[in-house]
Amino acid sequence: MHNIHLELSQVGISFPTPKGPFCALQDVNLKIKQGEFVSLIGHSGCGKSTVLNIVAGLYQATTGGVILKGREVTEPGPERAVVFQNHSLLPWLSAYQNIELAVKRVFGRQKSRAEMRDWIEHNLQLVQMGHAMHKKPDEISGGMKQRVGIARALAMEPQVLLMDEPFGALDALTRAHLQDSLMDIQADLGNTVIMITHDVDEAVLLSDRIVMMSNGPAATIGEILDVDLPRPRDRLALADNVDYNHYRSAVLRFLYEKQKKVEPIGSKRDAPSTRKADAHHAA
Amino acid sequence: MNSAIAVKQKWQSLRFGKTELQALSKAVLIPIAGLLIFLGIWHLGAQQVDTSLGQFPGPAEVHEQWNNLLAEHTAENDREAAFYERQQARNEKKLAANPDAEVRWREFNRRPTFFDQITTSLVTVMTGFLLATAIAIPVGICIGLSNTVYRALNPIIQIFKPVSPLAWLPLVTMVVSAVYVSDDPMLAKSFITSVVTVTLCCLWPTMINTAVGVASLNQDLQNVSRVLRLGWFTHVKTIVLPSAIPMMFTGLRLSLGIAWMVLIAAEMLAQNPGLGKFVWDEFQNGSSNSLGRICVAVLMIGFIGFLLDRALLLLQSWVNWDKTAVVR
Repeated sequence: MHNIHLELSQVGISFPTPKGPFCALQDVNLKIKQGEFVSLIGHSGCGKSTVLNIVAGLYQATTGGVILKGREVTEPGPERAVVFQNHSLLPWLSAYQNIELAVKRVFGRQKSRAEMRDWIEHNLQLVQMGHAMHKKPDEISGGMKQRVGIARALAMEPQVLLMDEPFGALDALTRAHLQDSLMDIQADLGNTVIMITHDVDEAVLLSDRIVMMSNGPAATIGEILDVDLPRPRDRLALADNVDYNHYRSAVLRFLYEKQKKVEPIGSKRDAPSTRKADAHHAA
Repeated sequence: MNSAIAVKQKWQSLRFGKTELQALSKAVLIPIAGLLIFLGIWHLGAQQVDTSLGQFPGPAEVHEQWNNLLAEHTAENDREAAFYERQQARNEKKLAANPDAEVRWREFNRRPTFFDQITTSLVTVMTGFLLATAIAIPVGICIGLSNTVYRALNPIIQIFKPVSPLAWLPLVTMVVSAVYVSDDPMLAKSFITSVVTVTLCCLWPTMINTAVGVASLNQDLQNVSRVLRLGWFTHVKTIVLPSAIPMMFTGLRLSLGIAWMVLIAAEMLAQNPGLGKFVWDEFQNGSSNSLGRICVAVLMIGFIGFLLDRALLLLQSWVNWDKTAVVR
């Protein structure tokens, strides 16, 4: 029906450490269709962020590669916009200016000044931030900052939108609100989205497919779950929906039975996480 | 009823007055008390010290010398004004007698007063500091952005950073004499020697702090820049510089402090005009007033150093994007 939009093929990455290379990811294969919403879920340290960073081009895969619209990904670029976990807005620019920086970069040659202004304002309206567009990030709440972060990514008209636990740092109410906004926007624009999450409900509610990752080292895709729930989805109606609860328990079973972490609670004797490995990588 | 409310309001305003008084005493009275105690100790201590130039000056004598220096300055200004007035009158008279007469204008040969020396010192220190800043910030940014540049320059910086101005001075003097050769020099050699010495000594704090500020750029902001594929110049202008501003100003303040200290030493040793020369001349002069006049200079040097630092703080709070940041 749809062509393959984004393909991850045999993606693997290893980071050099003093004890030899540490293999964080191995044999990640995934095909994503245009307009599909895919969630990556897994225990912390399993390499979800690493997958996203490889797609973003921020990391280079050691083996395999990522193909977007028939072209291999070799470096970061605005056609693969990232919504970062902690918003990553420039604190010295207002919400408007933060988006302007991105819009100028992407549409600087195609749009006139007035068109760019309209486009920036349109995207801020889209995330319901029209009223505070000239505020600095320090002057608005965490949820509002994340909205601006999403607006910035949307304003680049990316071919694929990458979201790294976009709502992880927010309180439950704000998170629910932003999830609803995101569903509306996605229904309107039909973006292709890859989202990392820890939250099982969030994954089932938003996704067309849930990619469940096995634990590292040498993490890979464990199972893929197709979420065949009709859209638009309503969180209240779904709470009692049999299918919804079936999907939910499938994810839970994967996380807590099949990929149960073999560490006693409170122990720090974890396999080296990607972040630590990354630090070695940078050094 | 109304009068009761009025009384209550008045009472409240009085109570407000009390807290204001407390704030006032904290802000003004306590520092003044500290100052008075210092003056007292100085006064008593000075009486115990007898030097070959007489008793060490206490606050009262220093104040007297301050007035003398002010008077000398006014007198010199008056002499200058009178000189030009005389010259004007003479020339007008000459022209009235013969319109084709050749009139000559001569410059007044002013003896630099204490306040002239302050101006000279300030001009020199600002020139040296601005020159150092113009070098240190771009180099600091390059060091901060690139590990290779950092590795290449670090040994040089570490070696030159601790060198005293007194060690640079002979070299700088000789090099300036050799290189700066001109029949009609726009700037005096002594000025250039001082400026170069100041620059060499105050480069380092700004350079190092800028580099550290740039290198400690938040990884997420760096990723934003990479995803947007910002060009080098935009990256530096919109992401690197704003985030490095606090560290940069820490460096600039250290640099300006060093520049001011170095300048006085350099002027003293190299006989370049300025406050340092004033102190040295007074020391050589050896009159009974000399120590008092040197004390005035010492206090003035300290006070100007303080003002320079405040000025940079003001500049920082004006430039910094984070208006809520407390700078001290």
